[in-house]
Amino acid sequence: MKILVCVSNVPDTTAKISFSGDNTQFNAAGVQYILNPYDEIALARAIELAENGKGTVTVIHVGEINAEPTIRKALAIGADDAVRINSAARDAYFVSNQIASYAKDKGFDMILTGRESIDYNGSQIAAMLGELLDIPSISIIKKLDIEGDRANIIREIEGGKEILNVSFPFVASCAEGVAESKIPNMRGIMSARTKALEVLEPVTVEQLTKYTSYSVPAPRGTVTMLLDNEAEKLVNLLHSEAKVI
Amino acid sequence: MSVLVYVENTGGKFKKSIFEVVSYAAAVSKQLNTELIAISIGDVGPTDLSKLGNYGAKRVLNVSNNQLKSFVNQAYASIIAEAAKKEDANVVILSNSFTGKGLSPRIAVKLSAGLADGAIELPKTDNNIFTIKKSAFSGKAFATIELTSAIKVIALNPNSFQINDLNESAIIEDFTPEFKESDFRTMVSEIVRASDKIALPDAELVVSAGRGMKGPENWVMIEELAKLLGAATACSKPISDAGWRPHEEHVGQTGIAVSPNLYIAIGISGAIQHLAGVSSSKTIVVINKDPEAPFFKVADYGIVGDAFDVIPKLIEAVKAYKAHS
Repeated sequence: MKILVCVSNVPDTTAKISFSGDNTQFNAAGVQYILNPYDEIALARAIELAENGKGTVTVIHVGEINAEPTIRKALAIGADDAVRINSAARDAYFVSNQIASYAKDKGFDMILTGRESIDYNGSQIAAMLGELLDIPSISIIKKLDIEGDRANIIREIEGGKEILNVSFPFVASCAEGVAESKIPNMRGIMSARTKALEVLEPVTVEQLTKYTSYSVPAPRGTVTMLLDNEAEKLVNLLHSEAKVI
Repeated sequence: MSVLVYVENTGGKFKKSIFEVVSYAAAVSKQLNTELIAISIGDVGPTDLSKLGNYGAKRVLNVSNNQLKSFVNQAYASIIAEAAKKEDANVVILSNSFTGKGLSPRIAVKLSAGLADGAIELPKTDNNIFTIKKSAFSGKAFATIELTSAIKVIALNPNSFQINDLNESAIIEDFTPEFKESDFRTMVSEIVRASDKIALPDAELVVSAGRGMKGPENWVMIEELAKLLGAATACSKPISDAGWRPHEEHVGQTGIAVSPNLYIAIGISGAIQHLAGVSSSKTIVVINKDPEAPFFKVADYGIVGDAFDVIPKLIEAVKAYKAHS
């Protein structure tokens, strides 16, 4: 079983988000980058499924050289080898095309991504990849089990779940529940240094979208503090002032 | 030219978030001076379909087929793209729901269209370039995205557009798509829905609780308050990590982002990752015994007090309010 896991390099969850250049660029100064938390879940499940010689796990990242510590972390967690497409990630369509172009003739049985990256929150890569490779895609899954050359999957839906079955090859984007993230051990960290990390140049992709500016949410007004015996007053305020009940 | 809106059904019915999407699509079609056409796939009755006219759909393409009763991502995407081509749609709009997130990227690729997912406002349309504001950085910021392609796909976040009631009805037309067998490589065996609960992603009111609740057994109060208000229940990350509550209730940067009218946070200190997921809430109420809890800084109303003391009082107050209204 050959598994490809797509990983992205994102600002740490505790990072303060700010913008520079008249709000046209993300201000990366002082920001720590991490392996996207949802991608960690996808990677952990891939490693579990490939354990004991049952398969191999390749990680792929579209980005510049500064993402290599994140790729090495994925290798330290347990991926067998890695590929980096040497280009800034313009948008999801660009990234999906790069990954599809790499994956199309490699015979992967399964391609896993995180449900979304925590920076642009697109949730687009898995389904775009599925379309570009003309294979099924299942977005936002909570459980993934393999049975021969098919997978049993639970997908999240509003207020419930959908249980489904899909044939190889397929793409799925993983959310909490699929696996517990793995922390690399010392042996993993040591071996990651010597694992193969192939660097490939990008293919040309038509530009359909462009991020032009950013903003941060407006600060809220001042908080109205109430005493702990003023529940009734709170309910009245929610009704007459905030008009939400 | 036309605008095509996909109307996702939930067990044969349309939810409020779909009326929002149709109202939004109607506003876009008005901006472009074109017709709004809706497409429905699956089993929806004619009364529900014609109701879409209320929100601005002139025609509804109805795809009803045994093979399409449950959601098949590839097949649905093919059908919507096929309808877009037949109707010469230059904009395709859908809900950024779980299902919409699986569909919109495939449709965008099929139509070589730029995709704006998580849209929260109407686009600015200028010379066939759309500029759209969307949520980004898990609620910590907004991004403005420009769609420069000939065809555009927009996925609208729930609770971000006001429903517009027009009191009109739509014409229903049967639509028979051509699909290929290879679009049916996934099979849904079962759909499980908690019927007595309000789904968190599109809830208008949310009651959320954290470590201040001390143990999962104390959620009885949270559930009671939520039920009285008609709210969904939610929690912070440590709670779902500890298995006190299911993952789908986890609100925050690595959980889900919500945008309800009212978010009541009980016993949640307000870590930056949690605040990211609630920043689009219209009104935030924070109940915490620690007056220094960071959550108070983003709250509209705050009560410093013990959850076990405040919640029973709040439950009584809501009961009294409901009895009078």
